[in-house]
Amino acid sequence: MWDHEIRAMASTHAIIASSVFMATVLPAVFVPGFSVYGTHLLWIYSVSVAVAAVSVSVFWLLGISPPTKKHTLGYKMSRLFRSCLYFFLSCLFFHTVVVLYGAPLIESALETFSLAVLLTSLTTLRCLCVLGPNVQAWIRVFSRHGAMSVWDTCLQITVACTLIGAWVGAFPIPLDWDRPWQVWPVSCSLGAMIGYLTGLVVAPAWIHYHRKQLTYKCK
Amino acid sequence: MTGLTVLPLLLWLCAAYFVGIYLFVGGFLLVRLEVNRTSGCADVLQPGEEPLDFCQARPRFRRTVVLIIDALKIDFARFDPTNASPRPHENKLPVLQETLSARPAHSRLYAFRADPPTTTMQRIKGFTTGSLPTFVDVGNNFASSAILEDNLIHQLGRMGKRVVFMGDDTWENLFPRKFHRSLPFPSFNVKDLHTVDNGILQHLYTTMVGDDWDVLLAHFLGVDHCGHRFGPDHPAMAYKLTQMDGVIRSVMERLQDDTLLVVMGDHGMTDTGDHGGESQKETDAALFLYSPSPIFAGPPSQDEPDVVPQTDLVPTLALLLGIPIPFSSVGQVLLPLFPPHQQAGGAAGRLSQLEALWINTKQVNRFLETYSGLARDISPERLAELKADFARLAASYLGSVGEGRPPPPQLASSLQAYLTSVRDTCRATWARFNPLKMAGGLAVLALACLTCFVTSELSVVLTQEKRAGLKAPAAVALAAAAGVAAAQLLTRGYVEAAWCLAAGTVGSQLLFLWRAWRASRLSRWLSPRRLLVPSVAVPLLRCASLFSDSYVIYEGRVVTFLLLSLALYVPVHLNWNGHLLPPTPDPLKSAGLLPSPALSPAAVRKESGTLCGCLGLLVVCAYLSLCFHGCREEQGLCQPSPFLSPLSRLQDNQLKNLYYGVSVSSLAVCAYLLRLCLCHYGNLNASGGAVFAARWVLPLLCVCAGLHWAVSAAPEDGFRKLAELIRVAQLALPRAAFCLLGAGLSLVWADPLTVFVKARPAASARSSALPPPRYRASTGISPQAELHHLIPQIYQRMRRSLEDGEAGGGGGEEDHRPAVEAYGLGTVYSAPLLLFCGLLGVGLLLLHPEGMTLSFLLLLLEMVALLHIHASSATLSGAAGSDPGGFSVPWTPVVAWALAATQFFHATGHLPTFPSIQWGAAFVGFPDGHAGTILPASLVTLNTFASHILFAVCFREQDNVRRPRDYSSRILQKRTGKRTNTKLMFEACGFLVSSVFLLVGVTLVLRVDVAVGRWFKTLVPDASR
Repeated sequence: MWDHEIRAMASTHAIIASSVFMATVLPAVFVPGFSVYGTHLLWIYSVSVAVAAVSVSVFWLLGISPPTKKHTLGYKMSRLFRSCLYFFLSCLFFHTVVVLYGAPLIESALETFSLAVLLTSLTTLRCLCVLGPNVQAWIRVFSRHGAMSVWDTCLQITVACTLIGAWVGAFPIPLDWDRPWQVWPVSCSLGAMIGYLTGLVVAPAWIHYHRKQLTYKCK
Repeated sequence: MTGLTVLPLLLWLCAAYFVGIYLFVGGFLLVRLEVNRTSGCADVLQPGEEPLDFCQARPRFRRTVVLIIDALKIDFARFDPTNASPRPHENKLPVLQETLSARPAHSRLYAFRADPPTTTMQRIKGFTTGSLPTFVDVGNNFASSAILEDNLIHQLGRMGKRVVFMGDDTWENLFPRKFHRSLPFPSFNVKDLHTVDNGILQHLYTTMVGDDWDVLLAHFLGVDHCGHRFGPDHPAMAYKLTQMDGVIRSVMERLQDDTLLVVMGDHGMTDTGDHGGESQKETDAALFLYSPSPIFAGPPSQDEPDVVPQTDLVPTLALLLGIPIPFSSVGQVLLPLFPPHQQAGGAAGRLSQLEALWINTKQVNRFLETYSGLARDISPERLAELKADFARLAASYLGSVGEGRPPPPQLASSLQAYLTSVRDTCRATWARFNPLKMAGGLAVLALACLTCFVTSELSVVLTQEKRAGLKAPAAVALAAAAGVAAAQLLTRGYVEAAWCLAAGTVGSQLLFLWRAWRASRLSRWLSPRRLLVPSVAVPLLRCASLFSDSYVIYEGRVVTFLLLSLALYVPVHLNWNGHLLPPTPDPLKSAGLLPSPALSPAAVRKESGTLCGCLGLLVVCAYLSLCFHGCREEQGLCQPSPFLSPLSRLQDNQLKNLYYGVSVSSLAVCAYLLRLCLCHYGNLNASGGAVFAARWVLPLLCVCAGLHWAVSAAPEDGFRKLAELIRVAQLALPRAAFCLLGAGLSLVWADPLTVFVKARPAASARSSALPPPRYRASTGISPQAELHHLIPQIYQRMRRSLEDGEAGGGGGEEDHRPAVEAYGLGTVYSAPLLLFCGLLGVGLLLLHPEGMTLSFLLLLLEMVALLHIHASSATLSGAAGSDPGGFSVPWTPVVAWALAATQFFHATGHLPTFPSIQWGAAFVGFPDGHAGTILPASLVTLNTFASHILFAVCFREQDNVRRPRDYSSRILQKRTGKRTNTKLMFEACGFLVSSVFLLVGVTLVLRVDVAVGRWFKTLVPDASR
């Protein structure tokens, strides 16, 4: 029923996943001493940038973003500006939430903020790509009857997987195993990343499996 | 009346939990009885028959210096000359190696193995009493941790030896008034590496050259603190160990010939510098013995032990110093320190190896006999075996001594074997669980949890279904219990109450569950998919987290994390169901996908706003409450909250004033909020007892509390002239507060109605509590439906605004409506509960350090936030009206409530460990100590479980039937670690206390219910006239 979309989605996700892979491997070639644990912040930023760039370009090429009503340059500029603003605000929001969940307030603020940037580029950025800078629409999407296309359902799945992954990633921190990945925020960002990748795999599969049941209202 | 059917259900559930806990604890708690007898010279243990007085004989050493270096691991003490690049903790004590090689007959170095838990206090107990640790040492002293068992310090004192102590102030608490002279230094601040050590060094040498001491104890803390703060691989550790090297050198130079030097660590440390567990790195400390006169036969021989258990030091030191071995010691003497039998003849007072062993054996045997007479936990077969062994050994020894012939050569080793086997028996006995009972208890608890969950989720079905009540389950319970009792009588001849109770409980629970199953197809409710719902998953996670020591250590934070997760889940879930935002108008309605919305978009928006606001409040409160946590011993880099220490301990006057101001103002805010709330709902207009309590008793109580803090914080020497007055005030103020509290509570109890009736008792009565809520609660019409009736709505709105104006409450009706709707009852019910809770809160606050006021304020706010979240989410999801009388409570708020109770247990500075109990609470209002133990015990219990109590009492505010019984699910653990042991105790106690107070809360509500009913009866004729 949605075969075309599902195929597009699967290939998009494959591209994004491979970009994550490249962003993990390539710096190891160029930067001496690069490792996921050791130079964790570098990894976070390289992955964030890769995911952001690839998602934006792929979704732009696919033309999934909601059609703009006006085509003036000024309107486009303001959309772009609002998108950037939302991106930044979302970083701040995630930072606050993570701190409230128990991250150190001052000591490793940079690490916390990096995690917030990663979460934003995995979740909010996708919302921006699919739905445009429209908070109302974001909130609407995350309800049972809120999805209006296959891409919306996919968005639900990936975002939920990412956030749950980050949440579960916090579990090993108090354990006294003394592993390098228990250092803040390694386990959380790894959890988010793993959750995101899982979401990328699961979303097309789930939609394919349930394609008979899915019904969407037209926009 | 629904309430009357609720109470038995509640009692039954509580009883089920109690039985489960009782059964589990019976199999789990390891209790070693403390034998409060002391050894004396009279019952010593003469070798042979000759009536030589042991205590009068000249001991081997007249004096001894014991240097305890906290956390001196055996690795620190060893010296490896081949190590070219030693790490900071290696090769820093060369003095030991030099002495060992230069004077092998004078010195020895052993690994000194501690029994876990390897914490300082437990270890001090271990190597002074010589007994093994267990979970509960049942002592009969209160509010002090003083050691009551017979111990070395006590024996030294009895023999007139002058014990001089300096160092870690733990000793001063363990042995109050036992020292000839004592120079304790505070051990509290882990970051402080030098205060204790420098304090000791100031006095150590001057004391040593003087002559007014026989035993000198010096307990250095620097190494341990350095480990906690920096870990062993840090230059600071090198510095500290080098300093200790210097100390040992200087002490050795000043030793005289008749003096023994013991250098020892009380425990080791892990590679991260912590201790407490049972790994070998933590248990193996160093023990170094030295004397200027030769004590050993020669260089260490092959058959000498490498590892010395910590208990063995006790009999060894006792015999070397010529004092009786402490009564409950199970150690065995260190043989190398005593000359072999043949050489001992000459010097008087020098016990030979055999004599020492014999004295030791007799003492251990005597302890065994006494202990087995008091407690029955050592198995009789084993006991008989040991007795036979002893009889054989005694005959052999006494025979050879009596006849003057040399004893058989293997006698020494068989004596040693006897001592070892006694110790092993004791260890096995005091560390043995009863797995069958534990499993039974767990099963009962699990069933109880399931029952709770079922009653909570299915209450609507059940209340309609089971009109028969609990009679059948009760009957089944009795029958099952009687059956098991009869079976036990027939097969074994005696009855064990625990099993009968368990059988009864399980029987009734099974019947109940079966009926619930039949009524509602329970299987549908327990599918795996439902178990993944956060409100179920979170308690399960919480249970699972208690299996791990690490999570238990960070419990406060774990609970906060889970609470926040659950709180954030509420709006997400609402949004997922499309309740959070007003539905987009056209397509949905026309398509008929959603039922037509019951609430107008504006109302939805308002509710959502309230929800989000309360969520923010909750989150902020939970986050701020992290500032009030105490510190566990295991948490290395942790600074306890500055609010935890009482004001009187603060030195800086300005800071003191600031803290006092903050405390008093937050107390005032608490009281003001309460009053504002009551006023706002118009509950202060009546003239009953409850209103009197709210108007006068509460403020007076607050004033008393504030004055009491001021008085107790006043510096001792600042007001010499007022000293008498201060003393009186310290006594009188808290007692007055307690009296006020009692008076207030009983007033609320006696006359809980806060409804004001004017002469016209018709609908225009002024109390806002009266008409609208009763209207809703009694008719059961959902507020949504009510909103559709336009005319009553306008009418009510007008009337309410009028009333609000008259009551002077301010704020308008925004807050009013959700609260009313949520509780499903009017403020007739909430007001007395709120008042009760407020009074109790201030009373409990009095038992806490002053700084905790802020935490209590947060607690109040968080409670309000939780209630409002529950209220608005219920309204939004349209569930509020579905259940007449508001007797249904979903599981999520129940879990959140329980989590919040635990969270504030931590946030009021408590920890589930024994050392962290705030004993100070026992002395509020009784500065001179107590005569009995019940009163202070109850005060301390109140202090410790304040948060549980408050939450339990107010729980009714939110629900009627269900209690946060995932408490017990938390007890569903087979824990092994020592840390979790104490945790279990605290959970069980917390559960007991909170269930009692929960019942109080519920009965209070029923009391209100009855009063309201009576009042209605009087009202109805009035109105009809």
